[in-house]
Order: sequence, then C-alpha cells, then structure tokens
Amino acid sequence: MSRVPLRPLARILSARQKGENPDAIERENIRLRHEDMRDRARQRAEGRLLVLGVFFFCAFSTVGARMGLMAASVPEEPRSAVSSTEIIAQRADIVDRQGRILATNLRTHALYAQPPLMVDPAGAAKALAEIFPDLEEERLLRDFSGTRKFLWIKKVLSPEQQQLVHDIGEPGLLFGPREMRLYPNGALASHILGGYGFGREGVYAAEVIGTAGVEKQFDEFLRDPANDGKPLELSLDLTIQSAMEQILYGGMRLMNAKGAAGILMDVKTGEILAMASLPDFDPNNRPVPLTTGDASDSPLFNRAVQGVYELGSTFKIFVAAQAMELGLVSPETKVDANAPMKWGKFTIREFENHNYGPFLSVTDVIAKSSNVGTAKMALQIGQKRQKEFLASLGFFDPLQVELFEAPSARPLVPKNWSDIHTITVSYGHGLSASPLHLAAAYATITGGGTLVKPTLLKRSYPQPGPRIVSADVSAEARKMLRKVVTDGTASFGEVKGYAVGGKTGTADKPRPRGGYYEDKTITTFASVFPADKPRYVLIVTLDEPVETSGPKPRRTAGWTAVPVAAELIRRVAPLLGLRPEIEPATLTAVSGGVQ
Amino acid sequence: MRSFAFVLSIIAVMGLAFWAYSENYKTQAALGQVERLQRKIGALRETRAVLKAEWAYLNRPDRLRDLADLNFDTLGLVPLAPNQFGRVEQIAFPQPVLDLLEGPVDVVGLLPDSLEQVP
Repeated sequence: MSRVPLRPLARILSARQKGENPDAIERENIRLRHEDMRDRARQRAEGRLLVLGVFFFCAFSTVGARMGLMAASVPEEPRSAVSSTEIIAQRADIVDRQGRILATNLRTHALYAQPPLMVDPAGAAKALAEIFPDLEEERLLRDFSGTRKFLWIKKVLSPEQQQLVHDIGEPGLLFGPREMRLYPNGALASHILGGYGFGREGVYAAEVIGTAGVEKQFDEFLRDPANDGKPLELSLDLTIQSAMEQILYGGMRLMNAKGAAGILMDVKTGEILAMASLPDFDPNNRPVPLTTGDASDSPLFNRAVQGVYELGSTFKIFVAAQAMELGLVSPETKVDANAPMKWGKFTIREFENHNYGPFLSVTDVIAKSSNVGTAKMALQIGQKRQKEFLASLGFFDPLQVELFEAPSARPLVPKNWSDIHTITVSYGHGLSASPLHLAAAYATITGGGTLVKPTLLKRSYPQPGPRIVSADVSAEARKMLRKVVTDGTASFGEVKGYAVGGKTGTADKPRPRGGYYEDKTITTFASVFPADKPRYVLIVTLDEPVETSGPKPRRTAGWTAVPVAAELIRRVAPLLGLRPEIEPATLTAVSGGVQ
Repeated sequence: MRSFAFVLSIIAVMGLAFWAYSENYKTQAALGQVERLQRKIGALRETRAVLKAEWAYLNRPDRLRDLADLNFDTLGLVPLAPNQFGRVEQIAFPQPVLDLLEGPVDVVGLLPDSLEQVP
C-alpha cells in the first residue's frame, strides 16, 4: 500500500513559498487518512456481520429442516429402549379373586384362500372338507371357482389343523396370525364371562371383542394398553363356583327341575363369590341365541340376573323388618293370623288352606310362613311406606351389577298399586324380581342394615351405603330366619356347625297369557349363614322342581330348594374357611358325694 | 510453528473421525443385538402365555375332580367336610428323637435310706 505522507515535501515547500500555513496540509492529510481507516473498519465489520448472519441462518435452517423431517417421518419404536413391562397381548386376562385364570388370549392362525393363486381348487375343496367336517365341499368348490379373490375359510385354527391344511400343499390356502380368546375352565361361570367374537379382521391381525357378560361390559378396560396388561380381577372364587355348579346340577336332576340358579354373596362387601345358572353353555363355543320361542329355554339365559320371577314368601321378612323398624311390632307381638282373611272381594288363604291359629307372634308368622299375618302387618305399614321401603331395597330398578345383561332385567312392578297389591306384594306375589335382587336385599336386611349393592369385581372393603334398617332390627330379622330353619318350613336347611337361617318361597309359575299353572312352581330358598355372625347370603332358585321320593309329588321349597341349599352350604362353608361352631360337649354327670 | 500446529490439528481431526466412526459401528452392532434379544424375549413371553393357558386348562376344577375320583384308591380324596377343622391344641408337640440303644444299659440308682425301711 502506498502511504501518502502526512507532510509531502513538494506541497509544503510550495505552500511555504505562497505564505500559507503548511499545518493545514498536515491536518488535511490526517483527515483523509482517518476517513480511509474508517472506511476500511466499516467494511471489515460489515464482512463479519455477514459471516455471522450466514452462520445463524445455516444453523436455524438446519434445525428447521430437521424438525420438518421428523414431523413428516413415520414414528417407530426406539431400537435401543428396553421395555421392562410385559409384552401386552391384545386383550387383558380375566382372573378370579385368587388370581386363577378365567379367560386369556392365545396366538393362533386363521385360514383364508385366494382363488386366483390356487393350483387345484377341486382337490383343495375335497381335502378341506375331510379335515373340517363342518365345511361343505360343494360350497367350497363354488367359492374357489367363482370370481372372488379373497375369502375366509376358518376364523380360528388349531396347530394340528394348520399342519394338516399345510400338508395339502395348495399355494392358494394361506394362514394369517390371530389372537383368540380361550376359556380354560370350559363351561364354568359361562354366563358371567359371556363370550367373544372378532371385530375387524385383517390378514395379519384381528381384533377380539367381547360379545356378552363381563367381556362386553369391560371391553374398553380389557383392550386398554395403558393398563399395562393388568388382569381384570373378578370377585368369583373358582373352587366355590365349581362346587356350586356341580351341586346345583345334581339338585336340578334330582328334583327333575327345568332350570336352577344359585348366588353366593358376601354380606358385608356385596361381592358375588359364585353365581350359577343352569342349563349353561361353553363360552368357547357360544351357541346362537334363540330367535323364536321362550327366551328362557336357551342356555344363554342367565336365570340369576335376567330371570324375573315372583319370589314368593321370601318377601315376608321385608315386611317384618319394616314393621320392626317403624316400631309397630316387636318379635313377640301377636298378630291376627286367622285364615282365611277377606279383603273386599278377595280372600287371602294360607298354604294348603291351613289356619295357623287366631294369633301368631311375628317370629312365628315368619317361621310358619303365614300369608294372613304378613298381610295384616303390611296393611298396618301402609302402601306408601311399603313402596318406599321396597324401592330403597332396590326392587324397582334394574341392578347395577357389572354384567352387560343387567340393565335389561327390569323387575315387573304393578302399575296401579292398590291395597290388594299391598297385600299380595307383602308375601311376594305381584312383584317379580330376579334372584340377584333378592340376594342384595337379604344382604342389606341381615348384614347389619346398610344398603349392599352386588358387584362382580374383587373388592376388599365394604362399601358404605345408606342405612335401611337399624342394626338391632337386622339382628332380630336374623333370629327370625334362624327360627324358620330350626322350627319352621326349612327344617332340611339345618347344617351342623353352621347356624343357617333362611326363608323359603314357593310361587306358582305364571302362564304366558295370564293366570297360573297348577302344577308348576318356582321355589326359592334365601339363606344367610352363620346367622349369629352373618358372613354370606345364599339364594337357590329351582324352576319347576318336583320331589318324587314320597307317595305324592312335592313342589314346595322346603322339599326342593332347601335340601339343595343345605348341601351347598355343607360343601362350600369349609372352602370359605368358616370354622364350624362346635356345641360344647355335655359333661358326664358326676354322682354327688363319694361313697 | 504454525505449520506444525496445522499438521497436528489435521492429524487430530483424522483421529477423531476414526474414533467417531468406530463408535458408530459399535452402536449399530449393539442396537442389532438389542433387537435380536427383544425378538427372543417376545417369543419367550408368547410361549409363557401359552404355557400359562395350558396350566390353567390342566388345573381346571372338572379335570381335577375327575382325576381325584379316578385315583380314589391311591389318593382317597373326598370333598372338604366341616369336621376336618382341627384346633391347634390337638397337634402334638414333636417328640424328641431317641438314639438307638447300643450295648447294655447300666442303671445305677441310690435308694434313699428312708425308703429302705418300708416293709
């Protein structure tokens, strides 16, 4: 760079000659030099700013481009993350209260055909008809020779069947992986578990959905991956359910009954430990529901929850409990029980036209099952209070138990509730409810007096409910029920070691078009045991039983439902861990004085 | 000095690149190994689910009841009855295990003088 000197000699000399001040030239040159320096500095700064700007632009555009790429790409699981949780099957298991499996998923395959790829359709159809007896060869041949490009043949295959189909060697027969639902215990708890079906079916997977019972009620919970594969814990106990189904079946056959239902419920928590309805089915092969005829003839019909029946004399304890709660009677109060009783144009008779005497104590009204005594107490209570009491026990609404079929089981309540209905409902005729309604009501009345709601989910604590009757009334009701077994209509219900208390109920079966059958009954025995320290409520209902061991056929509950219930309690109470109460042994007498 | 610094930095960059690439290949190998293990774990868990289902099937109450009935001669199992509840006082304390007697046993006792007077 050529620098202009601050004091150029030539100009200084010429300025001196002219008489001008040479310092002006120096100042001029200094000023020019400073301008030059400023220009160069500005250029350098501008260059640096440009570099910085370009750098920031590149950085931000890289970040933006990466964000755009990540947003547009398909998300995948991180390859390096190790999941410590179980690989979740498509649907969670259902287990009983002890953790034993009631329903689980199993990987299997489905069979589909692609006719365009088939080499020998006729041979394939013939071989498939041999392997699967329920497939028709002509139908398969028609499908294989038609225009369809894809058709399902079998939704679920076993490994042996898959191997046999594979051995046919047909490239047009292909397998798609599946998960199916398996109920390893067969027909146990079939009405509660329900059944399964396939929702959307694809080649590589199909979704398993529940079609009835608990499977349908908890469908979302079972399919929710956020639950981490946690099983659905039911309140059922597998051993007790199995014992109940076996004994109910034996009782049903012995009493020539058309059907049977049993419910075992915990009195404090409302958990259903066993609920059986016979006849039943295998949920692995759920039968098709009936389209014609009576729905209750199908094995799919849950007699414990869906069947509404007139439950008969089992309702008498509610009248007695309400009367005691209102302070109208005490257990020893004498009630007019002179039968027959006339009310307007109606006559109220006892069973087999007995007359249990002009007066009966309330305890004996229950023990001997007097219709007239109960009617008198109900009239004393009054229609309004009776309706409120039954509503508070839950008899006017469908149950809230966790079954898909529960809301459809509405109790049949008389529309215009007149005085005669007050009388008939007091001994259980005129109001139809399901056995589960009865179980919940008995648990409420005998379990201490607070409302108990039935539940199928495992629960370890009692649910606090509104108080329906006081604890004293509950204890008195239990004493009355115990008297029924020791001195009353349910003498077959005595089980040594367990203080069983309960009430029998025999109701004539209504004809479909009005009126009642003369020779068909529905018998119920509603029991609580042990009566002094109540733990469990057991309801046994038999449909059209006939006890044929005597000279005349017997159709009352005392001869049909009560022995079945007694056998059930004998089998089930040790399994529940109830220690029998042993009466103190009578001491041998010691003769007075030493001789 | 400057050229030495240049050469040194170039060699350092080459070394770092070599190290980075080798780490990358090691990471990819590890990821592949993890994927293989995850697949194996998934297969084993599926097998475990099938085995659990089979265990539940073999332990179903109907089958156990039938087996108990079939083998009644050897097992003698009947349903639990109320009289099978015992009390803890009914269980005896364990008896002390005595050794086998070997050889003659010497019994030496000294009668107190007072007793020898008894007629």
